[in-house]
Amino acid sequence: MARVLINVPATAKRGSVIQIKTLISHIMEPGFRPGADGNIIPRDIITLMTCKYNGEEIFRADMYPAMAANPFVTFHTIATESGKIEFAWTGDNGFSETASANITIE
Amino acid sequence: MSAVRRHFSRNLAILIALGFALPATSVQAAEIPLDQRQSGYETMGRETRAMQDDDTANPGSLWILDGEALWTKKTGAANKACGECHKDAATSMRGVAARYPAFDSKQNKALDLEARINNCRAEYQKAQPLPFENKDLLALTAHVARQSRGLPIAPPSEKMTPIVEQGRAIFEKRQGQLNLSCAQCHDDNWGHKLAGAPIPQGHPNGYPLYRLEWQTLGSLQRRLRNCLVGMRAEGYAFGAPEFIALEAFLMYRARGMKMESPAVRP
Amino acid sequence: MSTMANTNATRRELLIGAGVTGAVMLLAVRPAGATPETMRAAIRSVVGEAAVKTGKVKLDIPPLVENGNTVAMTVTVESPMTAKDHVKTINIFNERNPQPNVARFHLGPRAGKADVSARIRLSDSQNVIAIAEMSDGTFWQHEISVIVTLAACLEGNL
Repeated sequence: MARVLINVPATAKRGSVIQIKTLISHIMEPGFRPGADGNIIPRDIITLMTCKYNGEEIFRADMYPAMAANPFVTFHTIATESGKIEFAWTGDNGFSETASANITIE
Repeated sequence: MSAVRRHFSRNLAILIALGFALPATSVQAAEIPLDQRQSGYETMGRETRAMQDDDTANPGSLWILDGEALWTKKTGAANKACGECHKDAATSMRGVAARYPAFDSKQNKALDLEARINNCRAEYQKAQPLPFENKDLLALTAHVARQSRGLPIAPPSEKMTPIVEQGRAIFEKRQGQLNLSCAQCHDDNWGHKLAGAPIPQGHPNGYPLYRLEWQTLGSLQRRLRNCLVGMRAEGYAFGAPEFIALEAFLMYRARGMKMESPAVRP
Repeated sequence: MSTMANTNATRRELLIGAGVTGAVMLLAVRPAGATPETMRAAIRSVVGEAAVKTGKVKLDIPPLVENGNTVAMTVTVESPMTAKDHVKTINIFNERNPQPNVARFHLGPRAGKADVSARIRLSDSQNVIAIAEMSDGTFWQHEISVIVTLAACLEGNL
């Protein structure tokens, strides 16, 4: 299971713009580096991260080998209503990871 | 030629030039005056510092998460978790990393943090020692070291003096194909550039740390091995007494400086 | 690209100034992979034949990068982010990594602010471009030049 660190404010004022930070452990092997045996180590990266706010997609990131290891991505969203913010990562070799955080709107 | 090997050859050439340029006579290098010491943090760029400062952005936090989970996980033939004896790490482990390596009277030798953790695993959990740079060992070391963040590095106990001196001798002796000593770069030429990167003073106050070059968390011994390879000197084996002595000397050299673990470094 | 030539010349001067003797040959070997041409092609596959205007986008990368493995990058785009007028995607390209794409971020009116950050890899000193696709079909860009230095003592195979 990949380790994930999500930073979503626990509470926010209705209509305010909040910043969401995501950090996930992943080697993000670009597929261009030679290994100790001289052969190219095959690509192994996260290719997609999506974020849904009470079921509606609010952000999506397509990732390529030029994304650094242990991808760190931040973005913003409007705090519309209380509920659940869900994250999903998918990638090479069937990689799949999810996480979620609750937010309360005041 | 791969990009890494190309840059390595170029840096090697620069190091060779440096080896000839530095005076051949000085072996007793000048110690950095205590008030002029600075953490590698000070020589880093703004963005790398920001990466370290924000726990939610520091990649080392991922290992802390693992370490917290491992702390409470029962393991070994004794089926015990670290937390059963040590309770809350924030209390029991506070200040520990700041005074390691430490002398173990029972074994009559010095242990660094990794050796101590493996010692506990073997003796109390009846578990297999974790290999060096294993992600669980890094996670546990990071979790323990985190509890000393912000605390000053403690001066070593009297029992550690001969080991510290052994470390000092290694630090100051010329070695390897380039005939360089650690002191020549890190005592005499800190702050100057080597192939575009500033030479840090080389303090151990952030370990284990996330090194951008490694793209992962790593131990002080891993970093020391990097240096030795870079100097074209023989790298001691992981866990060797020479490394413990070097670590002890480096901690002595950095006494009073604040711990930053888990740090981020280029 | 005159900016590229100037960057390489300055680096060579810096290294020679650092004490490297004339016997050392510095080869500006370009790694096989992306070139300014392949980057343009990758950009064309996103914008088609549309004109890309400079402005509105701000790509923020430290001009001198300590280690190309992890480079902090922030992109902001001036936009009210309303349903009628917002940023649809932000596309990041490079010209010297083995391949030209870096990331594509999909936003929309729910974003509130077009402000995204990520950590990227840069294999060498090069130009990086951020291109924003707006809801009205226009494209805006910001291109910057980044110098990438490496850590001094490389690990080798340990």
